[in-house]
Amino acid sequence: MFKLKYDDFLIYDEATGTYSMAADQKVRDETERKRWKTTGFTILKDWRLYLMLVPMLFVYICWKYLPLYELVSAFQVGDSSEVAERFWYGFENFKSLLAPTNGVWSSTAMDFWRAFRNTFAIAFYGLLFGFPVPIILALFFNEVRSNLARSVMQVCVYLPKFMSTVVVTSLAIVIFRGGASASNYGVVTKFLVWISGNNPNIVAAAGNNLLFSARYFRALYVITELWEHAGYDSIVFFAAVIAISPTSYEAAQIDGAGKMAQMRYVVIPSILSTVIIMLIMRIGGLLSVSYEKIYLLTPSESFSNYAVADVVSTFANNLQSPRLAGNTPQPLLAVAAEMINNVIGMILVLGANTIARKASNVSLY
Amino acid sequence: MKRKVEVSELIFRIIAYVILIIFAIMCIYPFLYAIGGAFSSAKAIEGDSVVLWPMIENDAGKLVFGFEFKAFAYAATRNQFWISYSNTLFVTILGTVWTLGYSILGAYALSKKRLLGRHGWNFFLVFTMWFSAGVVATFYNYQATGKVFASIAGVDTSLWRQEVDLKWLVVIAMGMNATNIILLRNAFEGVPSEIEEAARIDGATELQVLMNVFIPMSKATIATVALFFGISRWNGYFWAYRIMGTDQKESWPVQVFIRDFISHYTNLTGEYDAEVARGYDVAANGSATSVVYSLVICAIIPILIIYPFIQKYFAKGVNMGGVKE
Repeated sequence: MFKLKYDDFLIYDEATGTYSMAADQKVRDETERKRWKTTGFTILKDWRLYLMLVPMLFVYICWKYLPLYELVSAFQVGDSSEVAERFWYGFENFKSLLAPTNGVWSSTAMDFWRAFRNTFAIAFYGLLFGFPVPIILALFFNEVRSNLARSVMQVCVYLPKFMSTVVVTSLAIVIFRGGASASNYGVVTKFLVWISGNNPNIVAAAGNNLLFSARYFRALYVITELWEHAGYDSIVFFAAVIAISPTSYEAAQIDGAGKMAQMRYVVIPSILSTVIIMLIMRIGGLLSVSYEKIYLLTPSESFSNYAVADVVSTFANNLQSPRLAGNTPQPLLAVAAEMINNVIGMILVLGANTIARKASNVSLY
Repeated sequence: MKRKVEVSELIFRIIAYVILIIFAIMCIYPFLYAIGGAFSSAKAIEGDSVVLWPMIENDAGKLVFGFEFKAFAYAATRNQFWISYSNTLFVTILGTVWTLGYSILGAYALSKKRLLGRHGWNFFLVFTMWFSAGVVATFYNYQATGKVFASIAGVDTSLWRQEVDLKWLVVIAMGMNATNIILLRNAFEGVPSEIEEAARIDGATELQVLMNVFIPMSKATIATVALFFGISRWNGYFWAYRIMGTDQKESWPVQVFIRDFISHYTNLTGEYDAEVARGYDVAANGSATSVVYSLVICAIIPILIIYPFIQKYFAKGVNMGGVKE
């Protein structure tokens, strides 16, 4: 048995009455001192590996992290375009966006709240309809026994996902267009007017374009989102459904389960974990409404869909570079507005990830 | 053993078929309609008689099935169309090579257990998925980048929008996607370490290991990721328009050109500009809406060409997407 005594690392010199360090301890200290050197040496020896990281780090630092530096302007005031030449302003920009100034709601603050509500509303409708539809499609694809028929259908439903926003919005604007008389209606507008039996609301909205009417914008936006993403999003669920072992179905059938009972007791429990994870991911990305699409679908502030379509990103973009001539740009407020939205978005992502980890031991990141 | 199909199962299956067929038709109908519209005559478009197939007038002035090529011919005579199309090709090819290049290198380094601070580097990457600076802050960043490019090129920094070829800014500074890097990293982590060791014993350097072992063994993922990058480059609109505006039309990608054409030559978006559109001759060139359709078709043809190749891979790519147990 070893027992460490003081004279293992200290040597007592009787002549002078002082202690000096033992050789072992010198070695230990030396090792400690060398640790950083060794780390440096490991990096040097592996320099090729670290060099491989450099281009990626360069791009991400320059164009993902340096934009974060621009966020300090949310806490500043001044007309200069340089961060250093502006003055610190605390949270005043946020206050003027979120609350009335001197008891009066400024139009910017009202527009911000409108944009904030719109972001939530559009995101919520997107989740409400955009989430179940891919699952239903996956269950339906599972019913198609012919491989050829299924492949053909899948090719069709995945296709819109790969189209650009410009193509999608252009086609949507064309097919939902309205006009002074029925002969100018776009092909889907015509169909909708016909199927609704000349519903006066639709006819009134079709005066310009169904997409540009306040009444139908959100519904049509959600439909175009579904059209774009539902097929592609069903891939994940379809993979989960076909992973179910056929023996599970057979066992259920022997127990006398009909189709609905099989759905209830075999399919749904099997894909539930996938569904929960995808739901959590969707909630995490809730506030990232596609600004590109909204931007393209709201060409002018004078259209009536602007009040229900303007989301925080497009609001900020419009505040920084107004589309209507004569409006003063307010870039600092714009940065503050987006920061509020993105911080809430980040909280949602992190919260969703924590829940996912707790619920299923699967961490998304 | 042939099992008796129950009524409930049959009903469910019929519903499934009907709904899937309707949805599949919905998904491709707008494209078929665009093709029909692109080959139709102005009269058929203005009266909106086109439902699916192209329509032209016959000698008696009645609308019948037929093809007219005026819209495509007009698109082909526009210089801006060819300029934009070549810009898009330029941005897509160079952009995909550059983005894929640094993504593969970075993902390879991140997949190595011996990389010091591996968790830190991963966090660095993933953080960009959680929090973004937003449209306005990103715009200021690109503006600053443009000024840096201007000073490198030796021109007045205040003229960055006019003097710097902003195609290069689009290629270098855009198209980042952390999800794709994580996809690549997961694929590289799946390569058995024995093969790597064998290569090292034979004296392969880091780059040789990557080129001769890891890349060939993760071909499917790399193809998927390359196509994702390529498609996002091809489809890019917002940032190209945002940084170029109308100051640099010679660098516009085709998506920006299409949108500009719709805005100024048709009254679909309420920005119809009589001044710009005055030179447009409906009798000679067909309806402007027809031209829009033909431009849209030109813009989606490359995607339709590569689509069958992606088809094979992307189900796999999506299933790997980010989820790591």
